[in-house]
Parts: sequence; C-alpha cells; structure tokens
Amino acid sequence: MGRRLILGMAGAGALGVAAAPALQRVLESFAAKDPTGVSDLLPNGGGFRYYSVAASVPHKSAADYRLTVDGLVDRPAGYTLPELRALPQTRLVRDVQCVTGWRVPATPFQGVRLSRLLDAAGVRPSARAVRLTCFDGTYSESLTLDQARRPDVLVALKMRDKDLAHAHGGPVRLYVAPMYFYKSAKWLSGITVTDHVQPGYWEHRGYDVDAWVGRSNGRGDAPTD
Amino acid sequence: MHPPTELADRVRRFTPAERWVHRSTAVLMGVCVATAACLYLPQLAELVGRRALVVTLHEWSGLLLPVPFLAGLVSRAFRADLGRLNRFGPHDRAWLRAVLRRRPGRPAGKFNAGQKLWAAWLAGAVLVMLGTGLLMWFTHLAPLAWRTGSTFVHDWLALALGIVIAGHVGMAAGDPEARRGMRTGLVRRDWARREHGEWLP
Repeated sequence: MGRRLILGMAGAGALGVAAAPALQRVLESFAAKDPTGVSDLLPNGGGFRYYSVAASVPHKSAADYRLTVDGLVDRPAGYTLPELRALPQTRLVRDVQCVTGWRVPATPFQGVRLSRLLDAAGVRPSARAVRLTCFDGTYSESLTLDQARRPDVLVALKMRDKDLAHAHGGPVRLYVAPMYFYKSAKWLSGITVTDHVQPGYWEHRGYDVDAWVGRSNGRGDAPTD
Repeated sequence: MHPPTELADRVRRFTPAERWVHRSTAVLMGVCVATAACLYLPQLAELVGRRALVVTLHEWSGLLLPVPFLAGLVSRAFRADLGRLNRFGPHDRAWLRAVLRRRPGRPAGKFNAGQKLWAAWLAGAVLVMLGTGLLMWFTHLAPLAWRTGSTFVHDWLALALGIVIAGHVGMAAGDPEARRGMRTGLVRRDWARREHGEWLP
C-alpha cells in the first residue's frame, strides 16, 4: 500500500510535468484576475525575482557612482550619474524574460543608448566586443560590438519610470532588450572595449554568450524584441 | 539501583542505524529547504546573495538525499521498519477515521497510519523532486517542454513539501517522548502502550 502511494506520487509528478503548460495557463489567468495579490506569493507568481551572485553589494548614489568607458577606445571616459542623466534618454517598453522561466510583461526601461557612449569614446578599428563589469565586484557580461550597438541596448537609469532601485541593479544597470535577462547586468560600473568576446559570469557556468530570447539556452520563449 | 528500573520501563524503538538514517536525511533535507528558500524568497535572496554557491549546495544536498536511505538498507531493523511502513492493516483505517472525525481511540502498530502515509508520500515526493531537479540541472538531457514542466512541478511540490515538513516538525515538537525515541532509541513503555498499542506484545 505504501509502495503504491510512492508510485502514485511518481506518476503524478510525471503527469504534472506533461500537464504543466495547461496548468500554468489556468494559474496565470487566475492570477491576472486576482485583486488581492495573494497569488504573487505562489510559485511562478508574477514579478521580478532577485538574483545576486555576490555576498553583498555596496550602495552607490549620485555622490559616488562612476561609470568608466575604457579599453580599445580613443577617449576613455568616466561618467557621473548627473552626466548620464544629462545625455539623450531612450525609453523602451518590452517584456523581460529570465532564462529560469519567469517573464514580466511590458516593463519600461529608460536610459542612454550604449552605442552613444561607445561613439563618444571613439571605438578603435581593432575592437570586436564589449566587456561589462559591475560594482558588486563579481558579475560581468559581454556583447559583440554589433550587439552593443543595437538601438535596444541601454545603459538604464530608470525602470517603470522610477529611478532604478538597488535591488533592481540601481543606480545604473545594463538593459539588453532582445536577450535573456542575465545579459542585463545589474550595478553596472565599467564598459571595456575588447578585441574578442570574454564570456561573462554565468557564461563561464554554461549559459549562452549570444543570449537571444527564444533562440538560445535551449529555450523557446517568445522573443522580447 | 537505577539502571534495571530504567530499562524495565523503557523499550527500544529504534536502532542506531535507523536513527542515523533519520538524522542524516533530516540534515540533508534541512540544507535543501534552507537553500531553496534562499533561492526563491526575494528577501532571503537579497540577504544571502552568493547565488552560484547556494545553487551548488542545493543541487548536491538534493542529489545526496536518498543516500542515507539506501545505506540504511544494510540494516535488518531498518528493512523491517520499511516493511511495517508499507503494510496498511484494518487498525490503520480505524486510526484514519478517528483522526478525520477528531475522535479518540486511535489504534496503531509501531507506526500509525499517519506516519505510514507521511513516509510513503515523502518518498514519492523526493523521487519527483529528484527527477525534476535533474532535468533542470542537466539542461541538455531533455527537450524544453520537459524542462519548463519540471520547473513547474518542482516549484509547486516544493511548496507542498514545505507545508508537510513543517507539519512533521510541528508534530515532533508536540511530542517529547517521540523525539526522545528518535534521539536515544528508547521510549517509555506507557507512552508506547498509549500511542502504539498494537506494537508491543
């Protein structure tokens, strides 16, 4: 009898894996109509999830935040927060898709196009890629030069039309709209132009470097660009 | 002389092997649940960070979870208890009825029907968590649909496991003699008579 219950659980688990898409749809339609917000507490509830790979992340404000641009450029630069805010701003509203499965619909991000900072620094002909580093001291990301120059790649200062909170990578994070969200490095502090792509933190741990949503990491999510 | 009277009103419930299986399973499960909480709950994730390390701890404690059970199979006493847990008798039905109707008179052998259900459900749940966990861990093993399905099942079963384990710990917290049995292997004879009347000859 006990054995039957064990096998029953295993069978129910397999059935659950098979029926997951249908169940997920039902739950999402329920959560969309839920006025109490209780459904956010359940697994796969809506909204962002906080991931940090570092033990602790320092807080930076307008007083001590700096974004450096260096590497294979003619004019290395350092930007303060007011300087970044003074540059032309671009606002994008796209879905956010995490490689672990969660998706947040229609989220506005606003900031300076990465291409603008690269052009200002004067990228040398030998350059092929951009390496992005963070003031958490651990995380890094990378993009090919072509990817970095896309108009939907931002150095983001605002999310949902508010200044980026620390938990969301504030005061400044990268925002790579067409790629899985691990490319959108939080707590961005350095942009280094390089002659080849240097895989970032999660990419050393098996994630794809070219992280197009729906076309990488073995996933088939709907594109976000 | 104390020792003889001590032994006279105490009976052996668990051998060292059984207690070791329980203790090491509990430790591994504790690491699994704690790391899961640090991965899943935003407040804890924010507090702890170190995601790669927490993921590694979670994966390995999960993978090792069945090991104490498998190692325990060399113990005759442990195998005998598995046999007892597997068999449901007429008194188990009576026990469940009494619990559902909140009535006294709950006959039980060495394990009551609730403990049998708990053991079997947990074993099944661990197998499902292990299977879905492996599919999420080794992402190239299976097609995408299996993996998103696994994530779904893993998340929901984790929630159920959290609730059920909290129940298990809560019941233990309310019964010091049951805990003593797991800690020392011995329980008071009058406790055994009261809680597990069909067990002792």
